[in-house]
Amino acid sequence: MYQYDLIDKEFLADRSAEFRGQVARRLSGELTEDQFKPLRLMNGLYLQLHAYMLRVAIPYGSLNSTQARRLAQIARDFDKGYGHFTTRQNIQFNWIKLKDAPEILDKLAEVDLHAIQTSGNCIRNTTSDPYAGATAEEVDDPRVWSEVIRQWSTLHPEFSFLPRKFKIAITASAKDRTAAKVHDIGLMLRQGRDGTLGFEVIVGGGQGRTPYVGPTIKQFLPTDRLLSYLEAVLRVYNRHGRRDNIYKARIKILVAALGAEEFARQVDEEWAKIDAARADLPTAELARIRAAFAKTPFETLPARSDAFETAKANDAAFARFVRNNVKPHKQPGYSIVEVSLKAQEQTPGDASAQQLEVVADLAERFSLNDLRVTHAQNLVLPHVKLDDLPTVFATLQASGLATPNIDLVSDIIACPGLDYCALANARAIPVAQDIARQFADLDRAEKVGELKIKISGCINACGHHHVAHIGILGVDKKGEEFYQLSLGGSGAEDASIGKILGPALPADKVATAVDQLVGAYLNVRNDGERFLDTYRRVGLEPFKEAVYAQAD
Amino acid sequence: MPKLIELVDGQARWAEDTFTALTDEDPIPPSGDVILSLARFQAEGDALLASNSRQVGVRIEPDQEVEGLAYDLPRIAVVALAFPKFRDGRAYTSARLLRERFGYQGQIRAVGDVLQEQAGFMVRCGFDAFEPADGATPEVLTKAANRFRHVYQRAADDRPIALDERAV
Repeated sequence: MYQYDLIDKEFLADRSAEFRGQVARRLSGELTEDQFKPLRLMNGLYLQLHAYMLRVAIPYGSLNSTQARRLAQIARDFDKGYGHFTTRQNIQFNWIKLKDAPEILDKLAEVDLHAIQTSGNCIRNTTSDPYAGATAEEVDDPRVWSEVIRQWSTLHPEFSFLPRKFKIAITASAKDRTAAKVHDIGLMLRQGRDGTLGFEVIVGGGQGRTPYVGPTIKQFLPTDRLLSYLEAVLRVYNRHGRRDNIYKARIKILVAALGAEEFARQVDEEWAKIDAARADLPTAELARIRAAFAKTPFETLPARSDAFETAKANDAAFARFVRNNVKPHKQPGYSIVEVSLKAQEQTPGDASAQQLEVVADLAERFSLNDLRVTHAQNLVLPHVKLDDLPTVFATLQASGLATPNIDLVSDIIACPGLDYCALANARAIPVAQDIARQFADLDRAEKVGELKIKISGCINACGHHHVAHIGILGVDKKGEEFYQLSLGGSGAEDASIGKILGPALPADKVATAVDQLVGAYLNVRNDGERFLDTYRRVGLEPFKEAVYAQAD
Repeated sequence: MPKLIELVDGQARWAEDTFTALTDEDPIPPSGDVILSLARFQAEGDALLASNSRQVGVRIEPDQEVEGLAYDLPRIAVVALAFPKFRDGRAYTSARLLRERFGYQGQIRAVGDVLQEQAGFMVRCGFDAFEPADGATPEVLTKAANRFRHVYQRAADDRPIALDERAV
């Protein structure tokens, strides 16, 4: 893994010292809350419904065990004993006191973690594939490029006051686990016919009030030109993105207004004027970063593990876990293990301090000291030997971390909603818990297969409801919480925006409605067809009828 | 009248402002250095510069493109880039283009909602004069501009960046 050197460490220390000074000025009354707000936001500190919330970046979703333990310690010492993983590979602490914030940032900096650019109108933490360096699908290691972007975007002097926030995602696999097509910029690494690597550049995807699947503006950007091209995109956006209306300020609105072709032309025109020798990353620095990720010390193992096969044959629960949560690894004898944070009655994405410590230990002992965070609010142990899987499973199970439901109906993405968030219209967490209860029968959930449910407590769409197979959006109807269902969205490589099913439902009808939708799907699906593909084949009508017919 | 701070060799200091910022309605004073809007500069700049008796500066709003000034830059003593709100980041691009693309050597002055917290970014983009709106002193500004021992990306200040330091 990439290790911060003295330069990176001193940078974080300087940042922490700066924020300590700003908090002192706020606490002494020298700064008003209005003046302090932009400063705290630049350090990921939000004022929520009940307390301050601190959002900590997890660059390319990768943590070592020391970092994971430090997050656990912060949850225990400064929060109520837990943290919440978001859809963008960040962790949020929801119960922070302002006076503690500088000490927390110091403690994070000690283990190379920070909250820089986790809020504000700047380039946010880059989303990356949680299977990076572990999956055989990838044509290159996307963490290398994420680290390149992390350094380039950190306190960028020109792009720290953009019209609106700016999110980049990067994947190097055909199967997209980053929602790249609904980011401000999605970078998909491809291998060209001549074997060279390039990025397909997708710009202007997004969710919120006006969801878009982003158009491709460059089919094949040679990798060594990445930074100059990003500079050109950001410069066109910084100059021409709308600043008169916060709801029309994201780059997607500019791209849609100009048209993808014209936007691409303006970017190319700017790109041609940029001095590539200054803007692009020198080969030596790229090689240094690449070397840092190349050192994963895999052992040479047989592809088959007897211990693993025996456990699978003898333990049905283990076999179910393997079916749903264990994914193939590029290295023979290894596997990728998904750790679900979606147990019954759990808040999706929450992890207790004790759970964080358990996975930190597992990462250290069994996963080459590497732990990943996924955009679906789960964790991943990326490098587990097949031989070790039974032990890892037993340990996870003992801490409520072995729920075998990855990509199944109860693996729900949900925003914090009205339980925490000052912007929300409705709660999201209890709705997720209702649905999970409805589908507690694991045999049935497996029979239903891949079904991605995502819940947002308001139109800002932090819960990604637009790109859910079944999306659920909380709305306020005369002071009451109602939920609008949509079908057919996807945030993956087959990205699409969901369509609204019908009138919004009261909270106590949502889980039943999902059950009815699943029933309708099981009635009409072809063999091996996912919910999403059935919907795409048969359309909205059968589903509409299943939910609304009886009501009429 | 906001006070002017200039940055010389990384040190900020109070400076005497010889320029008068004129609105489009103000009459041109008989003598003295002036800063004009872009429109007024385009209409009256040639005449003012022809007399050779005073220096002329131009104020650029965020929605105006500095490319339009390229031809005149060698004759312009000050480009004042306006921050109507500190959140409006377009002037950072304008400053970088002036320095890095057009090689502008004159003063780039930050005017409007200019706050000490932005000083570091401004200096990196090529600003070398400030009319602070928050009462910041040269001491405060110097500290703010030099807060970070390391930077990651090339900009107008030509500071060695992290990868240069690593290569040593």
